Amino acid sequence: MNAAYVILALPLAGFLVLLVLGRKMGEPVAGRFATAVAVVSFAAAVDTFFTLLGRSGDNRTVVQSIFAWVPVAGLHVDFALQLDPLSVTMALFITGVGSLIHLYSIGYMHRDPHYPRFFLLLNLFLFSMLCLVLADNFLFMFLGWEGVGFCSYQLVSFWFERERPPAAGKKAFVTNRVGDFGFMIAVFLVFDHFGSLNYRDVLVPLMKGTPGALATVTATGIALMFFVGAAGKSAQLPLYIWLPDAMEGPTPVSALIHAATMVTAGVYLMARLAPILHYAPDALTVIACVGALTALYAATIACGQDDIKKVLAYSTISQLGYMFLGIGAGAYTAGLFHMITHAFFKALLFLGAGSVIHGLHEQQDMKKMGGLRKWMPITFSTFVIGWLAISGIFPFAGFWSKDDILAAAYGSHGQLGKVLWAVGFLTAGLTAYYMSRQVALVFLGEARWKEAEHPAEAEEGAGLQGKPELTQHEPVAQSAGDHTQNGDHTESPGEPHEAPWPMAVPLVVLGFAAAVGGVINLPWGKWDLLTRWLEPVFPAAIAPEPHVATAVKVTLAVLTVVLCLGGLALGLLPWLRTIYHPKLEPAVLKNAWYFDEGVSAFVAGPGEELADFAAYRVDKGVIDGAVNGVAALTSLGGRALRKLQTGYVRNYALGLAGGAAALLLYVAIRAGG
Amino acid sequence: MLVAVAVPDAVVFVVAAVAIIIGAIGVVVSRNPVHAALNLVLTLFGIAVEFVNQQADFLAAVQVIVYAGAIVILFLFVIMLLGVDREENVAAEPLRGQRPTALVLAAMVIVELAVLARITDWVTGKPSTAGPLNGNGDNIAKLGQSIFTRYLFPFEITSALLVIAVIGAVVLARRPQRVASEMTLEEQEASRA
Amino acid sequence: MTVPADWYLIVAGLLFTIGAVGVLIRRNVLVMFMCVELMLNAVNLTFITFARNLNDVGGQSVVFFVLVVAAAEVVVGLGIIVAIYRRRVGATADDLHMLKG
Repeated sequence: MNAAYVILALPLAGFLVLLVLGRKMGEPVAGRFATAVAVVSFAAAVDTFFTLLGRSGDNRTVVQSIFAWVPVAGLHVDFALQLDPLSVTMALFITGVGSLIHLYSIGYMHRDPHYPRFFLLLNLFLFSMLCLVLADNFLFMFLGWEGVGFCSYQLVSFWFERERPPAAGKKAFVTNRVGDFGFMIAVFLVFDHFGSLNYRDVLVPLMKGTPGALATVTATGIALMFFVGAAGKSAQLPLYIWLPDAMEGPTPVSALIHAATMVTAGVYLMARLAPILHYAPDALTVIACVGALTALYAATIACGQDDIKKVLAYSTISQLGYMFLGIGAGAYTAGLFHMITHAFFKALLFLGAGSVIHGLHEQQDMKKMGGLRKWMPITFSTFVIGWLAISGIFPFAGFWSKDDILAAAYGSHGQLGKVLWAVGFLTAGLTAYYMSRQVALVFLGEARWKEAEHPAEAEEGAGLQGKPELTQHEPVAQSAGDHTQNGDHTESPGEPHEAPWPMAVPLVVLGFAAAVGGVINLPWGKWDLLTRWLEPVFPAAIAPEPHVATAVKVTLAVLTVVLCLGGLALGLLPWLRTIYHPKLEPAVLKNAWYFDEGVSAFVAGPGEELADFAAYRVDKGVIDGAVNGVAALTSLGGRALRKLQTGYVRNYALGLAGGAAALLLYVAIRAGG
Repeated sequence: MLVAVAVPDAVVFVVAAVAIIIGAIGVVVSRNPVHAALNLVLTLFGIAVEFVNQQADFLAAVQVIVYAGAIVILFLFVIMLLGVDREENVAAEPLRGQRPTALVLAAMVIVELAVLARITDWVTGKPSTAGPLNGNGDNIAKLGQSIFTRYLFPFEITSALLVIAVIGAVVLARRPQRVASEMTLEEQEASRA
Repeated sequence: MTVPADWYLIVAGLLFTIGAVGVLIRRNVLVMFMCVELMLNAVNLTFITFARNLNDVGGQSVVFFVLVVAAAEVVVGLGIIVAIYRRRVGATADDLHMLKG
């Protein structure tokens, strides 16, 4: 198992090397080095996977300690890795998709002046994410949790010279922090109740599912607090607001962090907590409801977006909602299955979008694209696979995972489950609709980009327009400035070009994965490989699969497919003809239900009043007032006592006489009494 | 308190007491400092008589010689030299509240002293520390023995004190001499002459 | 019967109080000094009274020393007064109030 900590150590080493030597390495050595690091890490993950596979089913949890991190009496925390099916699965696709995106970035970030810094941050991100999933205790996981938050901040505001990326980065970080608050409270609760932060001490004893092993109140409290953290990290209502803004970062960042990996950390966390969730059925209900609601909410917003990346961002939020719905329904494997397939097709879609943006010289407004299938065939074909996968069309990967979740939702929580299913069902239809709309606008129809203004002229006005934060509905700006020159275009300037090979290869690989990925968990007989693989982590004692009769399952699946095909048609047809459909894009959807405006109004209004109150009335008035008051009192006292010092000797003599009289009085009284 | 007292003793006591009190009040209320000094002399004589009444003959003599004879003379010399015989406006009192407070405190003190005098047991019955006063023998002899044997050290110290006081008085009263470096050549000549 | 000690004590107390009032009320420095002498004399009287009352010659020794010290005090005090009067003629106790706070 020595390979295990290679998985973790290599990205860290890569980060450190690039930190010191990155600028000297420059392009393209830094990029190749980072990609090599990621690939070797992936190889190590594969090796670990096969090692675990070689063991018998019950013997697949290995804890490897690297060093004692906090060897304090009462709190013993190690830098230790827990290698079990769940964590190794996560590590596999993190490093796998990560390597592909590293490769892609070599092409995408070509000629960017900050090329080495990008790869340094990508490697650091890999390390942090791997810490998160491979940790064997909550504190080590939190280290990774914070690390990915930091990397997200750094990478979203990668082009910090512009106005909007830093604001978006800050927003991401601050919103994450709100979630982290919940995470920390949960950790405190865990420690308070269990006396330890290791999974071995907290989760393993609960795996048997003995009734009463954990009080419902405690379990619910812990679960909900962790869910607050997960909601922040995985962009659920109401802490999702950072994800659309995070699209200011370069597209590989959006693909890796905000589609495939970081945002799945919340899902992973909830999956890890399965033993605790077993004792907190109310928490499961909350998770399922929030997930379903978020899925629907985000899907509606995606229908009205014009920016190619914003559509995908809201789509990600929506799909994450699906994953939480699966977890909340008790179908952990289904949720994780969807996470894996989503990683494939969402990364694919983002990388495809990046290819389009790159090919059209930083144009992101879909209304100004069109007909690109002729100029960018590879991108188009892989994008189609992704589109079909996410829309849940048989037999692509998304169909299997989405249907697993919907069936589980239907069978769980009694009547509520049916409602949840309906929400998920409707969302599936909307997903098909907006993705088809996107395909139609971008790749099919007329080549509207020919009439669009030349990007060079638009650049001056584009970069710094609008308010930097909290609004998502301003006119789509061109992502100006990330390519200083466009020298790698052989066609006449202004014509879109296909992606260079470092970008095309990942697209193809991911396309293949999105197409056949469903094979890892087919619902018949011995083909539910993922479920079997993850069984040690989710034993039936704590995670009974919601029971749905096969006939019902098939009916639901057919219904869903029909709806999705309908959505497909509805998405393609109107938008192929014309791009002007005001009724299909009401302002409320374009402006994301004015949620951000609400938040900023709250912050500007009551929030600022609260801050003013605290700063002026409390801090200045009470605290400073108390301190100043003491000084003022002393001064007053001094001024009063000063009057005693008249300077006249006779007054002082009077004082003496008075004192003598008082003493005599005292003596007389004592002697008399 | 109102015991049978031999008449001559009582008369002497009362006369001397009256003289004391009158002199004291005179000192306090006299506008002219010279008058105050003379009143002081009256008081001192009264005190001397009271001393004699209590078999403190030597001290009575010393009182008259030193106090009335030397100290009051000193006072008068200073009054005369410095022209402080201008009359002070006794009626007015610039400091607010000084007089009423002083009188109140005075009354308090008198009352307290009276009370203390009544209730305190002055006689403890312990043997005398320095030696018997009453009985046969001269007052002077007894006093002398006490001073030169038992209280020899304080005696020597007070002698030294007297010398120091004299030196201090000389230094205080001297006109400040100018240092040679501050003066011109002519002034140096003049001062030396 | 000789005069009881109480009478002497009363006289001494009165004398002391009058002297104290004089110090508080008079502004002329020399007169204030004289009042201090009054107080000292009251104390002397008290000592003599108790020397006789308690049959202790120590009381008279103390008076002896008080007399000496009072003399020394007057010498030095008058020297100071002379020094002060050289600066400003006609100074009273109230003129020296530079230490007013």
